[in-house]
Amino acid sequence: MIVRTLVLASALLFAQYATADAQEPQAAQAAAPAAAAPAPPKAPAVTPAPLPPRHVNWSFDGPFGAYDRGSLQRGFQVYKDVCSACHALTHIAFRNLAEAGGPGFTPDQVRALAASYRVPAEPNDQGQTVDAMGQPLTRAATPADYYPPPFPNEKATRAANNGALPPDLSLVVKARDGGSDYVYSVLTGFGQQAPAGETVGGGRFYNPYFKGHQIAMPPPLSDGSVMYADGTMATVDQEARDVVTFLTWASDPKMEERKLIGSNVIIFLLLLTSLLYFSYHRVWYGKH
Amino acid sequence: MAHSITAEPTRRDFLYVATAAVGAVGTATALWPFIDQMNPSADVLALASIEVDLTPIQPGQSVTFTWRSHPLFVRRRTPAEIEAARMVRPQDLLDPVARNANLPENAPATDDNRLSPKVGGPPGAPQMRKAEWLVISGVCTHLGCTPQASTPTDIQGNYGGWLCHCHGSQYDTAGRVRVGPAPRNLDVPPYEFLSDTRIRVG
Amino acid sequence: MAGPSTYQPKSRFARWLEPRLPIISFAADFMVYPTPRNLNVWYAFGAILAAFLAIQLVTGIVLAMHYTPDASLAFNSVEHIMRDVNFGWLLRYMHSNGASFFFLAVYIHMFRGLYYGSYKAPREVIWILGVLLYLLMMATAFLGYTLPWGQMSFWAATVITNLFSAIPVVGTPIVQWLWGGFGVDNATLHRFFSLHYLLPFVIAGVVILHIWALHVPGNSNPVGIELTRPKDKVAFHPYYTVKDSFYVALFLIFYAAIVFYAPEFLVTTVNNTPANPIVTPEEIVPEWYLLPYYAILRSIPNKLIGVLALFAALVTLFFIPWLDTSKVRSARFRPTYKIYFWLFVVDAITLGYVGAHPVDATLFNTAIPLVWIGRLATLYYFLHFWLIMPLVGRIEKPNPVPDSIAPAAHGTGGAA
Repeated sequence: MIVRTLVLASALLFAQYATADAQEPQAAQAAAPAAAAPAPPKAPAVTPAPLPPRHVNWSFDGPFGAYDRGSLQRGFQVYKDVCSACHALTHIAFRNLAEAGGPGFTPDQVRALAASYRVPAEPNDQGQTVDAMGQPLTRAATPADYYPPPFPNEKATRAANNGALPPDLSLVVKARDGGSDYVYSVLTGFGQQAPAGETVGGGRFYNPYFKGHQIAMPPPLSDGSVMYADGTMATVDQEARDVVTFLTWASDPKMEERKLIGSNVIIFLLLLTSLLYFSYHRVWYGKH
Repeated sequence: MAHSITAEPTRRDFLYVATAAVGAVGTATALWPFIDQMNPSADVLALASIEVDLTPIQPGQSVTFTWRSHPLFVRRRTPAEIEAARMVRPQDLLDPVARNANLPENAPATDDNRLSPKVGGPPGAPQMRKAEWLVISGVCTHLGCTPQASTPTDIQGNYGGWLCHCHGSQYDTAGRVRVGPAPRNLDVPPYEFLSDTRIRVG
Repeated sequence: MAGPSTYQPKSRFARWLEPRLPIISFAADFMVYPTPRNLNVWYAFGAILAAFLAIQLVTGIVLAMHYTPDASLAFNSVEHIMRDVNFGWLLRYMHSNGASFFFLAVYIHMFRGLYYGSYKAPREVIWILGVLLYLLMMATAFLGYTLPWGQMSFWAATVITNLFSAIPVVGTPIVQWLWGGFGVDNATLHRFFSLHYLLPFVIAGVVILHIWALHVPGNSNPVGIELTRPKDKVAFHPYYTVKDSFYVALFLIFYAAIVFYAPEFLVTTVNNTPANPIVTPEEIVPEWYLLPYYAILRSIPNKLIGVLALFAALVTLFFIPWLDTSKVRSARFRPTYKIYFWLFVVDAITLGYVGAHPVDATLFNTAIPLVWIGRLATLYYFLHFWLIMPLVGRIEKPNPVPDSIAPAAHGTGGAA
């Protein structure tokens, strides 16, 4: 009887909601984004939900996936030539570029690359950190140094970017829902016309894959914006795939090692579990 | 089949042995990451090798760098200091062995053997030029203090080299111990000349 | 612990040690401990929990060798572990996912207790110690989640510590005392690290009490009857050492699959962004194992009453041995209670689902606000323990309970 009362009470409570219209007037023309966002579309006059990211069959997908070396090297070139103007990569050291599971540059190449960058130097013998003209003392970077950021601190970054803050890219693929697919979709999602109901604010660009459909970053990639060292044709799509592969590695440099050890561990555990299963039944024979 | 509470299967089955063995191997293998994580991490290993620019160092000057968390002395010796180092016979030294990581263990402690045999610079670089550069560890071989270097105006100890203020050990212009309690010459680390003005240590 | 030891020292060393510190007989007694022979898979989770406590302790201790608990360095020290420390990525993923599997095991372990009436007399203290362990686990997990100092670390800490400001009069001073400042900051992180290191050892101590309390009356079993015939029990070793090892290894396969192939699956992506006290993430969500209680908290619009509801929901668990009035232990023979047990399982999952979504979300594509589902589920949670359990125990007609496990072992459910 208690149960019946509860059911009746809740039915009355829900009646007012069950008949209401479930749509929002300016739902994005996208299909219900059930795939990407956990929450369904919200009431109108709030940020439009982003489109679910376009799926790419990455070489590193799946339990046996690995990074494409060539793509990593091209992706690094895209980062270096295009993205590093605004985006830092402070968790990557030059030596990481020569480590196993990564772009696979040689130690000499890495040394030469590092030496082409200047990093803040130790105070000189007089204890000063600036030279006679007030410029900070610098020295050539070594492989042990981390990739120098384009701006020294957040305020300088914002000042140089009209108040926007281009994030550090070392972890961007892990820090976004949708990961590699999301970053790829945003990079290739520019160039579309904003639909009728949406106005794009000043200094922003329409991108349906980004939250709110407006992003402060101007389209960073265009055909031929990089001249690939290995001769691959540099279309926007190619550049996006390569830089996303590189950034995925930057977020997860140990992925290949992890998957390799993982298969060994799983195989070992399957073996051990089977042996334990048979031992268990042998011990318990007739005892159940 | 026995039915008492304390009965155990008495047959040492291959199955049980195999299971225990696989379990033991797995445990031992699983232990390795926990041990290896205490080994130096990649960023520490990256600093295991440093490059030193020799151009700012003046004759008679001894500069201290940090290498592998310890002091490293780079001294540009004057001809007088080189001469003084060459006058001594290794067998008259407290420690007659060169202690040079670039040479075999039993090499005698001649002044030449306290230098780097690896000259990676341009071919034909005169040996005399290299003789002015002394690259040695700055860790006193007694108990690890950092000895004080002599300068042309302020000689430390009686041999023109270094004096360790902790317990009075004295080293000469080739970094060899002349007065104890230090038992050994200051170590020469592995290093090579990348050019006339640049060395890589470690 | 029940009765004198039957251990006979075999070596001279053992004969010397025993009268001074009888730990060898202590271990030997543990090995021969008479255990019911009809324990099924759901009884293996105690051993699984012990394995995961060990995993968390060992991985935690080695991680602490590399982690820096300072607000300006913590996030970078975790990246240092992930990128530079030998096998650091493995230790970190084992520890973060170990916590999730630890909770998965504890929920199965607790639901087993609820189903088979393991908490009933004379085993009430085992249950109470168990609920205490659960609370200690929740505290440890909450403290640990703060340590990487990501966005979610910071904001979850802010939200949960702010709960205490609901206490009238002394709320704000208490919260500032917890924080060591005017908000979650460096001081908070340092003390959270200290406490996170401490609590697992407290857990280990309470686990010892928990197992000690178990060994006084002995294990219960799926049939729920007290076992008096010697042949109803078998020695713990090798019967349950081997059987539990099998289940531990099986559980480890799923653990390894996540650690090696989907290590960030259970984590909120935004925690890979360094903490920013100025910018709040879109959704503040705790880890999955705290979601049901988070939903209960949010279902009450009043701040203080919401906090009280959260604590009441947890404190309720302590009273279960007395709330269940049934004379029959095991739900195997309680057809009415069984229905409500499964309703509670659905309720717990529903609460978790509600807790995972934003407050203003609606159910799938309908207009039914999730918050109402959450309120209904919260209501059921309290009704289940405070009304249904006592009532059903009194008025239900249980099935006949067998008087021995011999026919039951070959009959319903089987053993393994």
